Amino acid sequence: MHIVVCIKQVPDSAQIRVHPVTNTIMRQGVPAIVNPYDLFSLEEALRLKDKFGGKVTMLCMGPPQAEEALRKCISFGADDAVLVTDRAFAGADTLATSYALSAGVRQIAKEQAVDIVFTGKQTIDGDTAQVGPGIAKRMGLQLLTYVSRIVEVDLEARTITVERRAEGGVQVLKTSLPCLITMLENTNEMRFANLPAMIHAAAYPVRKWSKEDAGVEDLNKIGLKGSPTVVSKVFGPTPRSEKVEMLDLETSNLRDVSLNLIQKIFTRHPTLESDLLMKELT
Amino acid sequence: MSQPTPAAAPAKRPAGRGGRNLELSEELKAYKGVWVFIEHDRGHVHSVSWELVGEARKLADTLGCQVSAILLGGPDEPLEKFAAEAFTFGADKAYIMKDPVLKGYRNEPFTKGMTDLVNKYQPEIFLLGATSMGRDLAGSVATTLLTGLTADCTELKIDPATRALAATRPTFGGSLYCTIMTLAYRPQMATVRPRVMLMPRADASRTGDITYDTLGMIETNIVTKMLDFIPDASSNKINLPYADVIVSGGKGLKNPENFKLVFELARVLGGEVGSTRPCVQAGWVEADRQVGQTGKTVRPKLYIAAGISGAIQHRVGCEAADVIVAINTDVNAPIFEFAHYGIVGNAMQVLPALTQAFAAHLALRSRQVA
Repeated sequence: MHIVVCIKQVPDSAQIRVHPVTNTIMRQGVPAIVNPYDLFSLEEALRLKDKFGGKVTMLCMGPPQAEEALRKCISFGADDAVLVTDRAFAGADTLATSYALSAGVRQIAKEQAVDIVFTGKQTIDGDTAQVGPGIAKRMGLQLLTYVSRIVEVDLEARTITVERRAEGGVQVLKTSLPCLITMLENTNEMRFANLPAMIHAAAYPVRKWSKEDAGVEDLNKIGLKGSPTVVSKVFGPTPRSEKVEMLDLETSNLRDVSLNLIQKIFTRHPTLESDLLMKELT
Repeated sequence: MSQPTPAAAPAKRPAGRGGRNLELSEELKAYKGVWVFIEHDRGHVHSVSWELVGEARKLADTLGCQVSAILLGGPDEPLEKFAAEAFTFGADKAYIMKDPVLKGYRNEPFTKGMTDLVNKYQPEIFLLGATSMGRDLAGSVATTLLTGLTADCTELKIDPATRALAATRPTFGGSLYCTIMTLAYRPQMATVRPRVMLMPRADASRTGDITYDTLGMIETNIVTKMLDFIPDASSNKINLPYADVIVSGGKGLKNPENFKLVFELARVLGGEVGSTRPCVQAGWVEADRQVGQTGKTVRPKLYIAAGISGAIQHRVGCEAADVIVAINTDVNAPIFEFAHYGIVGNAMQVLPALTQAFAAHLALRSRQVA
């Protein structure tokens, strides 16, 4: 079984700060990590490899330093890694990204046919959840998003059965290979990399592909040119004009503060009290 | 890469940079009208669809065009009833596609149906809910049509200069907002999360026209089969986005056992329990309880945050609440920058006191009412 897992290197958004005057991202000192959602897909791919044998190939589009993210994945147990990196890819939105990555998957498939492509559910910096469906549509793959469990893979019949999280319930879907899967978060736990694996990863020759290596034929489909969306404005959140009213526990006891707060809440929101009473009565 | 990042694309980029086309062709200028995908499942329309019809109405009024509701489903599903409801919320027209293969959402037939309708009737704007169904469909349709899609928008406006859709969304976890436009491609697609937009008022006197189309696909042509649908047990259904009252707990509660104080206050108020990403990651509460950028957007009447610092990622999910009460030991916590009322104190002491005070107050008032 040959599985390709697409990942993105992202800044750790929990540690991002915005310059208060210029409204630009202060990247200094912010660690770059593998998009956390991608790791659920990687772990699922590694589990399939454990069960059925075969190979897991990592694919990433990004600047040369994204190599580090791929090494991390090698340390977890991926077999091979390709970084599609070219200045021509810069400024790509989700549509252009799905084109570049699908070209990369096609190129990888020339070396060995691909059974499953995984991507993360979404990234933590863009949060769009669009690249997975985009790759599937460009490659004509069956699309299984928000998968919570892989129920069964039948390599003889070339079918896969999964549980997919939908609004209000779980769909049990059966489809044919090859397909593209995005895993839901917290559906598995990433294994630990042991020391020999980390040493192996540190020395692993990540393959770096230019746009030509990746088999990109149409330059109008990548980077800024291939991106229909245009960022017209970037700005910081507007501070709330109204200031918080603090209720002081130092000069008043807890009970009085609570009663005072309740009065204030119901005065501010006159219908809330009657709503709560209605609930109480029903 | 996902959306163009602010660092890679600074504001006020000169038009046409990178050699790309930013002009709308004559052919695409013919695209008119605002469409809303009406998401329904087992007899119920998702409220986000009505919220979007309300937004679509405003956009269409600015542009001077019509709003259409798009309904795909099985032959035995009450799509006409849903269309009639869409008219009351502001739609002028409905396009209905009924087919046995459209019963229950599957990507392949829905993508085909949707792309066929867009190509035939040519809307300029197409909005969908940012749900598991809407996101799956939007990404597929946008790629098939090779047009721009902006996810999780928090504001939709018409840019006066270009008459294009100016879609604003948080980026980098809510630290920044960016306004994104699709200038040279149609339709301009966007998804919006449930509860981000206000529910419009229904006007029972409004009606509209229905147009029917066929899908032209048979079951044997569809690769993915739905073997089963397992509905969530009603006991563990957490409907955070539509709760009137939410009491949320954060890492300031120190340990998962203290969450029972949050549950007790929520019970007295008939509300839901929310939380933060760190608590969900630590396994203290279910993922469905996460409020924020990577969790749920909520719009309750009352939001009580206990032991939550109020990081920007959490703020973007809850700041639309009517009344926000924050309890935190740190007077400098960012939560006090957007709360209406603040108590600097230990949540483990304040929560039981509030629970008691609310219970006593509501008991007294209900006796007065009765």
